[in-house]
Amino acid sequence: MVFVRVLLTAVLLGTAVVLQTVVLSRIPLPGATPDLVLLVVVSLALVHGSTIGCVVGFAAGLLLDVVPPADGQVGQWALVLALVGWFSGRAADAAEGSALVPVFVVAMASMGAVLGYAGVGFALSDPRVTGTSVLDALPTAVLYDVLLAPFLVPLLTRLARRVEPSTTYARTFR
Amino acid sequence: MRDTRRRRIVLVVLLMVSVTLIALGGGSSGPGKALRSMGGAVFGPVQRAVASAWQPVYDFFGGLGRNDQARLQQLQRENDQLRLAARANAYDHSRAAELDSLLKIKDLGGYTIVTAQVIATGPAQGFANTILLDAGSHDGLKVGMTVINGDGLVGRIKTITGSTATVLLVIDPNFKVGARLADSQQIGYASGGGSDGPLTYTPFDNQQLMTPGEPVVTNQDATFPGGIPIGKIQEVQGSVGTQGRTATIQPYVHVSSLDVVGVVVVPPRTDPRNAVLPTPIPSPSSSATGPSQGPSTGASPGASASTGSKPKPSPSKS
Repeated sequence: MVFVRVLLTAVLLGTAVVLQTVVLSRIPLPGATPDLVLLVVVSLALVHGSTIGCVVGFAAGLLLDVVPPADGQVGQWALVLALVGWFSGRAADAAEGSALVPVFVVAMASMGAVLGYAGVGFALSDPRVTGTSVLDALPTAVLYDVLLAPFLVPLLTRLARRVEPSTTYARTFR
Repeated sequence: MRDTRRRRIVLVVLLMVSVTLIALGGGSSGPGKALRSMGGAVFGPVQRAVASAWQPVYDFFGGLGRNDQARLQQLQRENDQLRLAARANAYDHSRAAELDSLLKIKDLGGYTIVTAQVIATGPAQGFANTILLDAGSHDGLKVGMTVINGDGLVGRIKTITGSTATVLLVIDPNFKVGARLADSQQIGYASGGGSDGPLTYTPFDNQQLMTPGEPVVTNQDATFPGGIPIGKIQEVQGSVGTQGRTATIQPYVHVSSLDVVGVVVVPPRTDPRNAVLPTPIPSPSSSATGPSQGPSTGASPGASASTGSKPKPSPSKS
């Protein structure tokens, strides 16, 4: 069962990162690109809790770091999304049976991811991280993720539960 | 209790791994670089396949829809390729003219351009201004090669896999290139200013006169072809002779609407893929369309010589 879970996670993350880079990034939306990878991390964290959330977040971040045309520091997204997965997993109990809490978690996660990534970049004195570049990305990043969340999060959590119905965390979107 | 502690350990270990990866050089060296080339090798072919499936949809929604749209896109692409060819001609003209006047040596052979399609762009929340091309080391591309389109300088190849290449765009704050003011021939360097900011031109000496509207082109060096239009001087900061005197450059290339680009392959490869060689585009038309597309390489003093000797490009076909 663990193997199936790992396989599902890998497939979801791989699909998300390819769609995100090749399809979504080329749609001329203003500001940021909708972050499918983040939605996968949050969904799995809400099903499986913070430990798995943190591991999935780390793997997802590493993927974002290495799949072209990424050009940040390798480890930067991994660091940020591991934390995002961890904290999203903390909300697993609260998200149970609620339709609004997951959307709120996605909003927080999205904001945390952009600010966290910018924060690490700032600490490494990356010339790309400036007030305007952060303000350019932040509002739209949160907006797009929140708009996608009501559709994708229930879908992804249901998928994750189908693979592993015996999870200790309860069924959210029955 | 014990459970919580063990769970914390997972988090702490993963955070430490991340920090270690960053500390060991991020993507520029060490394990980060190896991981990135591995990720590129695995995902590059998938990205290309998805992109080629997505391209017709993208083209369709790129405009008004309908059949005319596909035709228009096709013509636009063809036009882009022809403009690249014309540009290649212009490089040869200015190079040959410069060499003619300086060394009395004729054509040294042309640049070879491999055309490539943009298949992905870096997300704004990653803060890097990069694009992904559907051509890689299998097509003869190498790290450090110059990427151009019909308008001018696009960027430089930063990382590469067998089937894809990541280009650092000219507007990225980490991008720097040797630059020359086309009219006065003075040199300095140009650097990117991020998604909204203009480029910055920094002269090598603060006595340089920089006039708004003056075109800026790349300066030839060991790895970078010269004479590629970068942009034009927009605004000058500081007066002559003061420290930290710079000027802003408005780039010619619109990075948000890149589609087909050309990679300057130097020296020419033996088996070029889609290579647009400096072929016989009639000179008069190329010099007629050139100026409308911003000041081309011809803006340099060599231009008068190259326009004066129009019938010349045919031998450069070699």
